[in-house]
Amino acid sequence: MNINLTLIGQTLTFFIFVWFCAKFVWPALIGVMAEREKKIADGLQAAERADKDLELAQKEATKQLHDAKEQAATIVDQANKRAAQIVDEAKEQAKAEGERLITAAKAEIEQEANRAKEDLRGQVATLALAGAEKILGQSIDAKAHNELVSKLSAQL
Amino acid sequence: MAGGQTSTEYIQHHLQNWTYGKLPAGYTRYDGTVLQETTWTNAHSSQEAKDMGFSAVHVDTLGWSIVLGALFIFVFSRVAKKATSDTPKGLQSFVELIVSFVDSTVKDTFHYKNRMIAPMGLTIFCWVFIMNFMDLIPVDWLPLLAGKIAGDSHFFFKVVPTTDPNATLGMAIGVFLLMIFFSIQQKGPIGFIKELTFHPFAPPTKGAGLLIAPVMIAINFILEFVSLIAKPISLGLRLFGNLYAGEMIFILIALMFSAGLVFGLFGGVLQWAWAVFHILVITLQAFVFMVLTTVYMAMAYDNHDESH
Repeated sequence: MNINLTLIGQTLTFFIFVWFCAKFVWPALIGVMAEREKKIADGLQAAERADKDLELAQKEATKQLHDAKEQAATIVDQANKRAAQIVDEAKEQAKAEGERLITAAKAEIEQEANRAKEDLRGQVATLALAGAEKILGQSIDAKAHNELVSKLSAQL
Repeated sequence: MAGGQTSTEYIQHHLQNWTYGKLPAGYTRYDGTVLQETTWTNAHSSQEAKDMGFSAVHVDTLGWSIVLGALFIFVFSRVAKKATSDTPKGLQSFVELIVSFVDSTVKDTFHYKNRMIAPMGLTIFCWVFIMNFMDLIPVDWLPLLAGKIAGDSHFFFKVVPTTDPNATLGMAIGVFLLMIFFSIQQKGPIGFIKELTFHPFAPPTKGAGLLIAPVMIAINFILEFVSLIAKPISLGLRLFGNLYAGEMIFILIALMFSAGLVFGLFGGVLQWAWAVFHILVITLQAFVFMVLTTVYMAMAYDNHDESH
C-alpha cells in the first residue's frame, strides 16, 4: 500500500501503451471498419441499382414481347388479307378469262355461222341459178344476172 | 493458508506487494542482521517495504500491468495487422465490437478533434479490464505458484495491479498530465490560469470592485485548484477502492477454506457468487475509468470564455 516509484513506472507504462495503441492499433482497426462500412453502403447501393435495372429490363422485355405479339398479329392479318386478295384476284382473273373465252367462243361461233351463211348464200345462188336454169331451160348468163343474184344472197 | 499463519498474517501477506527497494545502511533486517551499506533488495516484511519509502518498486504490480497491457497490445495489434474489410471472423469481430463500442462512447462525450482520445479510451478500457480480471483468479493460485518458484512460501505476490494504489494513481496521473497539457494547448497558459482564477466568481474588472478582485481570485483559485486536483485522485482511488474491496472479500472468503469441510464448501459457493458479481464490478470500473478520462479530456478542451 506504500506509494513509491511504481507510481511513476505505471504512468510511463500508461503513456507507452496509449501511444502504441494510438499509433498502430486504433487507426488500422478504424480504417478497416470504415472501409467495410463504405463497402457495405456501396453494395447496398449497387443492389438497389440492380433491382431498378432488373425492373426496367423486365418492363422492357414485357414491352418487346407485347410489340412482337402485335407485330405478329399484324403480319398474320396482312397475310390473311393478302391471301384473300390473291384468291379474289384469281377469281377475278378466272372470271375474266372465262368471259374472254366465252366471248371468243361466241365470236368464233358467230364467225362460223356467218361463214356458213356465206356458204349457204353462195350455194343458194348457185342453187337458184341451177333451179332457174332448169326452170327456164336455158342457161343464164351468170354475168348478166350476177347483180340480181347478189341482191338475193344479201337478202338471206 | 501457507505454513501455519494466523488469519491476520494471511491477510497481511496477501495485501503486501513484492517490493524491491533501497534499504539504508544501518537498517536492521527482518532476521536481525544489520545492513553495512545502502542496499537494493526485496522486502521480506511489510515493515521493510514501508521503510524503503519512495525508492522502491512493486515488481508484481508493474510486472503484471506491463504483461497484461502487452497482452492487450499484442492481441489487438495482431488483429489490426490482419484485419480485412471483408466479412470479419472470430477474434476480429470481437475486437471490432470493442473498438466500435469505445468509439461511440468516446464520440458521445468528446466532441473535439483529437486522434488520441479514442485510442486512449480503448487502451484504458481493455487494460484496466484485464488487470481487474486478475481478481477473478482464485487468490491463492498465483501467489502459491510464485512462492514455489521463488522457493519461499512467504514470497509476496499480488496479481491484481489495480488493487495497488500506485497503479491506479499512476494511470490517473497520466490522465491528469494529459488534461493539463490539452488544457494549456487549447486555451494557452493564460487561458489555463484564467480558468483557475476567474471562475466560478468573475471578479469585477473596473471601479471600486477592483479592490476585492484579489480576494475573489484567491477564492476562485482555491475552489478550482481543489476540483482540479480532486479529478485524478478520485479517478485513481475509485478504481483502487473498488478492486481493493473486492480483493479483500475474496481473501476473507479464502480464509474459510482452511476452516473445515463445511466452511470450505460454503466458502466455495460464496467465492463463486462473489466472482459472478465481481464480473460486473470489474467491467463497470474499467468502463467508468474510460468514460471519466474522456470527460476530463472534454473538460480540458471546453472553453469557459466561449460558453459565458
